[in-house]
Amino acid sequence: MTVREIEFRDALREAMSEEMRRDKRVFLLGEEVAQYNGAYKVSKGMLDEFGPRRIIDTPISESGFAGMAIGAAMMGLKPIVEFMSWSFSLVAADPILNNAPKMLYMSGGQFGCPVVFRGNDGAGGQLGSTHSWCVEGLYSNVPGIKIAIPSNPYDAKGLLKTAIRGSDPVFFLESERMLGNKGEVPEEEYTVPFGQAKVLREGTDCTLASWGRPVHFCMEAATELQKQGISCEVIDLRTVRPLDIGTVVRSVRKTGACVVVDQSWSFGSPGSELASQVHRHCFDDLDNYVHRVHSADVPTPYATNLEQEYLPNARRIAEAVRSATYNL
Amino acid sequence: MTTLPPPVNVPTTPSSGSPAPVVAVHSKVFGDTEHLQAPPPAVEVPAERMRAWLREMFLIREFEVRCMQAYQEKKIGGFCHVYIGQEAVAVGCTAAVEHRDPIVTAYRDHGHALARGMDPKHCMAEMFGRIGGCAKGKGGSMHMFDRDNNLFGGHGIVGAQTPLGAGLAFACKYQDEVIDGGRNGRVALCFLGDGALNQGAFHEALNLAGLFDLPVIYVIENNGYSMGTAIARGTTMAHSLITKAAGYGIDGYVVDGMDVVEVHSAMKHVADRCRATSRPAFVDMRTYRFKGHSMSDPRKYRSKEEEEVFEAGDPIGTLQARLMSMGALTEDGWRAMQKEVRDQVREAVAWSDASPPPPMSELHHDVFLEPWGPYTGSSQPEMNGGTANPAGVRTIDTKEELL
Repeated sequence: MTVREIEFRDALREAMSEEMRRDKRVFLLGEEVAQYNGAYKVSKGMLDEFGPRRIIDTPISESGFAGMAIGAAMMGLKPIVEFMSWSFSLVAADPILNNAPKMLYMSGGQFGCPVVFRGNDGAGGQLGSTHSWCVEGLYSNVPGIKIAIPSNPYDAKGLLKTAIRGSDPVFFLESERMLGNKGEVPEEEYTVPFGQAKVLREGTDCTLASWGRPVHFCMEAATELQKQGISCEVIDLRTVRPLDIGTVVRSVRKTGACVVVDQSWSFGSPGSELASQVHRHCFDDLDNYVHRVHSADVPTPYATNLEQEYLPNARRIAEAVRSATYNL
Repeated sequence: MTTLPPPVNVPTTPSSGSPAPVVAVHSKVFGDTEHLQAPPPAVEVPAERMRAWLREMFLIREFEVRCMQAYQEKKIGGFCHVYIGQEAVAVGCTAAVEHRDPIVTAYRDHGHALARGMDPKHCMAEMFGRIGGCAKGKGGSMHMFDRDNNLFGGHGIVGAQTPLGAGLAFACKYQDEVIDGGRNGRVALCFLGDGALNQGAFHEALNLAGLFDLPVIYVIENNGYSMGTAIARGTTMAHSLITKAAGYGIDGYVVDGMDVVEVHSAMKHVADRCRATSRPAFVDMRTYRFKGHSMSDPRKYRSKEEEEVFEAGDPIGTLQARLMSMGALTEDGWRAMQKEVRDQVREAVAWSDASPPPPMSELHHDVFLEPWGPYTGSSQPEMNGGTANPAGVRTIDTKEELL
């Protein structure tokens, strides 16, 4: 196997381009995806290869083009919709939450909706309150969609290819802060299935379960805690719907402690769901309640120091682990 | 002091003179008196076809009457919006396009489903919440879908179907240009009520349709009221809705939606043009709903006199009289047609009564095409043979417990 180091954004582009080469039904649309080469250069060069009929610049009109993609998907096409930011998907709430996830059900199995919505999610760095949404907090509540939140280029490419090939609607959540992250990605074809968590680091004292960007903070905290004699097992869930609860439960049965790290707000979040499931399945294995590290329960602040403290970070994660394992 | 530029030349509300009573009522509802453009050259239609339209319109009427009864009997729950009065629109429009042309509509959708060819028993059973319904009883009155008849729903949120309509047209065009490398020239029909004109989704859809040259026809079923709000109370330029389309570079047409022959003739013209040019169109289809917005609407916002004026222009009576004056329909023939339709609808009700409620296994069915966790995959309704849908490429490859 030939492995190279490429950026997260390159991995995303490779996934889309490879899938577009193998299936003419796949096309990409969104703001600035074509002539501008992508607001974040994810789709750089794709217009040159695939032409304007398949790489389509849209106006700033999320509700319109998201709905248009859904209509096209009902007809059997496989659109990839790029939201420049998932924060902008809020104005497309009706198509993405009321149409895409419910079409198959309310048509009694007649019309599926094979569409992938993808883009930047979470705080991008001093973008302020309206541009820093972690939409998984809202959207994971809705049945009928799959949600992938990769933390590294390898997973990003493999999961996105899986998303595009599948027949059900997928929300694919990337992070502006990670697009330049480099990672090892094979030249050869591969996919990463949904619903399979990855144990990134084995440990014995506490399970750290997370997805997306905060996975890196968990790894940072685990390294720090190791020096203090606390051994953490770090699990990257990779998709929150489906959620691989089995891997987390197996780990917690071994460690007896669990900290869930989720960048969305705490109230009614994927993190609270995961914690509740761990409580249910590991009631007799836990030495302490499942701790959770989320973004602070306030709108996202602009000032660097406040934003840094607002987000899950290694220090807050380490504090949670120490609290969860205080009786060790 | 700056001088304002001269006003843009747009139609203004005509001053009220002392017009004829019918015209005055129409003017009160729609805001003008000369609303109909010169009709396009009439399309020659054989009497046999017109008789078929009469039957279809009467089928919708009779079906809706039975729906209202069934609603009173609590066989139908939730919201139920009947199409009585607007039959000429669905029948004339579907007659003017081809069966392969996709159609999408709003929640007042029983008429479109029947006009598209759905068997009334599957339509009625859906409303009864039975497994024999077009969506196995999981959609309800507002969500009539029919894959084999290219009906892409029944959509409940006002205006939600307008970007979907653009998407259907986009797919028709993409299929031609990218996949087949040819041109089969399908057009999409998207129906919406006048109330949807004020939703953002509608304006976004029109902009996209205009921008991308999408072959979609937006048919505004302008019945003068969005629920209880008269159009002019909620919509600017109510007397000239086509000016809204003009803002997006889209040709607008005003059509008398109470005369099926005229609806067909005008829509044939519009659809042929749309097919040939791949340009969208906007049709202000003037119609009137004889009943309330939904079953709970006492219609206090309009007068009995107004209703009587429009009822006198009943699209069914109009076509029936026309056929009789042409010598293409006899009293006996009309009576026989009515009986046949009544029997058909009665049969649909009996069939729906006998169709069982969906089994509990339907609860977690049709959520995802791919089976996983509690979800059991998906299959077609009885109407389409009940076959299992292919799950497609597996995205989940694990035996683990998943949530």
